[in-house]
Order: sequence, then C-alpha cells, then structure tokens
Amino acid sequence: MKLAKVLGNVVCTRKVSSIEGIKLLLIQPVDENLRNIGDPIVACDTVQAGPGDIVFFEGGREAALGLDNWFNPSDATIMGIVDSIQTEV
Amino acid sequence: MILGKVVGNIVSTLKHIKYSDYKLLIIQPVGPDNKPKGKTFIAVDTVQAGPEDVVLVIDEGNSARLIVDDKMAPLRSISVGIVDEIIKDKR
Repeated sequence: MKLAKVLGNVVCTRKVSSIEGIKLLLIQPVDENLRNIGDPIVACDTVQAGPGDIVFFEGGREAALGLDNWFNPSDATIMGIVDSIQTEV
Repeated sequence: MILGKVVGNIVSTLKHIKYSDYKLLIIQPVGPDNKPKGKTFIAVDTVQAGPEDVVLVIDEGNSARLIVDDKMAPLRSISVGIVDEIIKDKR
C-alpha cells in the first residue's frame, strides 16, 4: 500500500462493464512527508474520497479484489482515507 | 519476507471493510545492518508493532490473505513478527 493525495475526479461514461458505477479519481502518490513520488495515476475509489484528501491505495491484483466485482481491470484502488500520519521525530 | 523498520502510524477511520480490524504502519525496508533501503510503504499490522520496532513483513498477496484467513481480502503487505535480534555469522 502507498499513500497518495487526491488531485481530482475522472469522469468516464463509457467504460468496461466490470467497473461501471465505480468512481475514478486522479491521485498523486506521495511519501509519508507528503512529497510527490512519480506521476499521477487514476485509481478506483471505494471510500468516497474527494479532492484534497490523503488516501492509501493498493496496487496489483489486490486492487481488483477491493471492488465488489472481483473480476475487473483495476490496477489501483483507494482503500481508505487517512485522518493523520504520525512519523517519528 | 523482508525486514522493515516501523517509521510511523497511519490513522484512518474511513477504510475498506476488510481493513477495519487492523492497524496501519509505515514501513521502511532495511537491510540486516539496519540501514534503510528502498521506498517506504504501508503495511497492515497483526503483531501490535510500534514505531522504532524492526518487523518481519510479507509483501506478497497470497501469503497475506492466508494470514488474515480471507481468500479475497484486498491486502498485500502485512507485518507478521517483531524482530528481537539478528545474529550474523562473523565470517
């Protein structure tokens, strides 16, 4: 799992039937100090996150298992909204 | 399994239902000499580890799902042990 910041929504009317009804968000992966890592990606959302939220997401096969229909082509799924991050001083 | 150092906690109230019983940790992978290597990631905690602990982490889906006893849980990284010490051969 990795942390990411939600940059915005992705609206997509026509999509593969297995991800119909799933919200898509544009997210920027970040580290624990909220510094950007790499390029933004599009992720499926399961927790109704919104722009500005810090979230954590899962990639790979586990991303597909996060949605109700397991047989779907998601490669990044948001699993939760982060309230706070406590790092050692 | 890899060795990782716990560098922080993540508090999250709103999360996927399969994650609801677990604590989340920020893990920095380390070598046997405790030197950091690679990027940090988030892992689910099953052993009540805390910051500064060195833990044993599985970063592979099938084994992780076995640990939580759920064939379809959407999680991959899971901490499965707290390391007391690492004894290396002096040779």
